[in-house]
Amino acid sequence: MPLAHRLYDNALVLAPTGRLDHDNCEAFREELAPHLERSAKDGAAIVLDLSGLEYVSSAGLRCFMLAAKQAKAQKSRVVIAAMQPVVAEIFQIARFNLVFEAFPKVRDALAALSPAAAAAFDRG
Amino acid sequence: MRVRFWGTRGSIPVALTSADIRDKVAQALYLAEGRRFESIGEAHEFATRHLDFSLTHTFGGHSPCVELETSGSEYLVCDMGSGARPFGAHVLARQSGKPATVNVFMSHVHWDHIMGFPFFGPAYVPGTHIRIHGCHDVLESAFRLQQAPPCFPVEFSQLAADIEFLKLAPGRAHEISGVRVTPAPQMHSGDSYGYRFETDGKVIVYTTDSEHKLENRAQTERFVQFFQGADLVVFDAMYSLADAISVKADWGHSSNIIGVELCQMARVRHLVLFHHEPAYDDATIEGVLRETRRFEELTRGTQPLQISAAYDGMEIDV
Repeated sequence: MPLAHRLYDNALVLAPTGRLDHDNCEAFREELAPHLERSAKDGAAIVLDLSGLEYVSSAGLRCFMLAAKQAKAQKSRVVIAAMQPVVAEIFQIARFNLVFEAFPKVRDALAALSPAAAAAFDRG
Repeated sequence: MRVRFWGTRGSIPVALTSADIRDKVAQALYLAEGRRFESIGEAHEFATRHLDFSLTHTFGGHSPCVELETSGSEYLVCDMGSGARPFGAHVLARQSGKPATVNVFMSHVHWDHIMGFPFFGPAYVPGTHIRIHGCHDVLESAFRLQQAPPCFPVEFSQLAADIEFLKLAPGRAHEISGVRVTPAPQMHSGDSYGYRFETDGKVIVYTTDSEHKLENRAQTERFVQFFQGADLVVFDAMYSLADAISVKADWGHSSNIIGVELCQMARVRHLVLFHHEPAYDDATIEGVLRETRRFEELTRGTQPLQISAAYDGMEIDV
């Protein structure tokens, strides 16, 4: 799964796309790993922009959970943004809405992380 | 084959409180909006048609005990949780004084799965045959231990029935009372075993107290094989997925989401959510059922999966 990424000040936006399930969750974890390592070094928070994610299975949700745990241990954080309705429903049914902070839009998530990140997003 | 649920709650039996019942009655009266019923039958009709299951019923209740009624004369039952007490009363009433033969299949010997046995009426009837099947070495000692002083006033050795303990080999099919029974090892503290029952062209899988590690693909494939093509799977759906893989990881239980995914992969027809969390009230369990059905809709492939939440007294014909 290609993982588009972009840095806004000290916040990293990662955008998985398509389906995240048993078949590709390990590949996704491998894509995610260097970003989490970087976050450990510079303290960058991670926004998962899920606007392009069509479906997530339990295995995919586990990847999100592991990323959040690692980030927390590194004194960083992972937040969710822009979920499609189906993915938002799956989050709610799996009670992941109680685990993750989720925002309607990427900008909302960045604003919650830092004014500088939101300003960088506004500059484009 | 008919599956009859005598105990469906996990870990410890629960009972409705007087406050719970008063609340159900008050909500029903409120929702009736001043209707006048000419008979109790009309009131029943209104309750059935217009009120939620969680308002007019309770999921219960007793800890695990699930009967499989076949065309044979012997009884088959999974686990001896507190539901074994009403199951025993059912056996005695049906036998009308004739001794019964009861085949018990034990998932494991944690207390919630054996606690009903000292209250299982047929165990006190001379001539009754009770065959307790399982895969644990400690099967017999666990049953004897819970009736040893000072835990219970009647020692196991005083029971009048003829009681046998029969060790089954996991992964192998056994012919028992006209049913092909295959146990499978599961992940749970002290190990547990699920059972696949096959008879008359029908397949029922009883799989409780079983944790599924999502990262273990070999384990997932093994369970898909175990469930393959089943008409009914009784599944431990105690926790939410978020809890099952975080704060309650390694507690030995699973979730509704994983139940749906495994059953979809195995092309199962009917999933029954089982081993309900004791902290959940009826409305919460009904909410979990509603959400699980929605999750199935969202993820459905070519074959729909029927989903139910087990309750004490539920019967399903397969």
